[in-house]
Amino acid sequence: MRYLTDRKRAVGKGSAHAGTEHHWYMQASGVGLAVLVPIAVIAFGRAFGGGHEAVLAFFARPFVAIVSGLTLFVAMRHFARGATMMIEDYARGTTRKGLIIAALSLSYAVTATGLFALARIAL
Amino acid sequence: MVQFTLPKNSKIRTGKTWPRPAGSNVRKVQIYRWDPDTGENPRVDSYFVDMDSCGPMVLDALIKIKNEIDPTLTFRRSCREGICGSCAMNIDGINTLACIYGMDEVKGDVKIYPLPHMPVVKDLIPDLTHFYAQHASIMPWLETKTNRPAKEWRQSIEDRKKLDGLYECVMCASCSTACPSYWWNSDRYLGPAALLHAYRWIIDSRDEATPERLDQLEDPFKLYRCHTIMNCTKTCPKGLNPAKAIAEIKKMMVERVV
Repeated sequence: MRYLTDRKRAVGKGSAHAGTEHHWYMQASGVGLAVLVPIAVIAFGRAFGGGHEAVLAFFARPFVAIVSGLTLFVAMRHFARGATMMIEDYARGTTRKGLIIAALSLSYAVTATGLFALARIAL
Repeated sequence: MVQFTLPKNSKIRTGKTWPRPAGSNVRKVQIYRWDPDTGENPRVDSYFVDMDSCGPMVLDALIKIKNEIDPTLTFRRSCREGICGSCAMNIDGINTLACIYGMDEVKGDVKIYPLPHMPVVKDLIPDLTHFYAQHASIMPWLETKTNRPAKEWRQSIEDRKKLDGLYECVMCASCSTACPSYWWNSDRYLGPAALLHAYRWIIDSRDEATPERLDQLEDPFKLYRCHTIMNCTKTCPKGLNPAKAIAEIKKMMVERVV
C-alpha cells in the first residue's frame, strides 16, 4: 500500500519523450519488408533444389546477396523492436529487462551470423 | 506480469437462484455479485424477470430486480438515456451502457458482469478512480496563452466540425476496459478514452497548448501501447472511434519528426 494521490499514480514518472522514432521505424521497416520479403522468397525459390555449387553461385550474385543481406538486417531489426514491444506488454520488472536483452542479443547474433555467411559466399 | 487465471479470492461460484414468476415472457438474468463486507468470493445470482411488466432495456430489468426482487443488488445509473455513462457494464460479453442496450439484443440468458479488469467496489460497480485520474492528467480543458478576447474564443464552422465524434464521449470506460493493452498496462497506458479526450483538445482550434500536450503524450506506454486492436471502437456504445483518434495523435507525432 502506497499513499499516493490518484493524480500522482496516474502521471507516474511523466513522459519519456520517446516512442515516435520507434513507431516510425516499425512503419517504415514494415513497408520495406513488404517489398524485400517477396523478392527474397522468389530468389530463394529459384535457388531451391539446385546443387551445392549452383546455390553458392546463385547467392554469390551481387543482387541476390544484397537483397538477402538487406532482408536479413531489416527483418531482424524489425523483429528486435517488435519483440521488445511484445515483452513490454506482458512482462514486468527484471523479467522484462532480461527478456528484452535476450531478444536484442538474439537478433544481433542472427544478423551477424547471416551477414558473415553471405559475405563468405559472395566475396 | 500478465495473469491468465483469476486470483483465488476472485474465482466466481454459482450463487442464489431466485424464484421464477408465472408468465410466458420471462427472461433469465444472471448477475455478478460481490460484497466486500462478507469476505466471500464473488458469485453469479440468477433472477427471472417478467418482460410483460418490464421496460425494454437491460437497465429497466436491473431496476425491476432491485425494486421487486433483490434490493441488495448494486449498480450505478442516472440519466437512463446514454448521456451520463454511469451504467456501463459487461452485458452478454460486450461492454456497453445498460440504459441503451435492449433486452431483445441478447439471445438466451442475459449475463451481466462489471466492466472487466477493473477493481470491483461492489456487484456491478467498478472502481474508476485511476481511470478518472488518467483523464485529468491529459488536461481536459481549453489551454490558452494569448489574452482573453473581449467577447469569446471564435471558431470556424470547419474547425468546430473536427470536434464531432470526439466531444460526445461520456467517459463510461467501456472502451478502455475492452482494450487488452489497458488490461495489462493500465498503470502506464492512458487507454482509449483518455487518448480520445486528449485528441479532442489537441485538435481544438482554440487550444494553444498543442506542443505541450503532444510532449506529454510522447511516451512508449502512455500512447504507443495502442496496438490498433480496435476493441475500443467495436464496443463504444456511443458509436465513437477512439482508435482513429489515437491514430491521428500518432500521425501528428510523426509529423513533428519526419
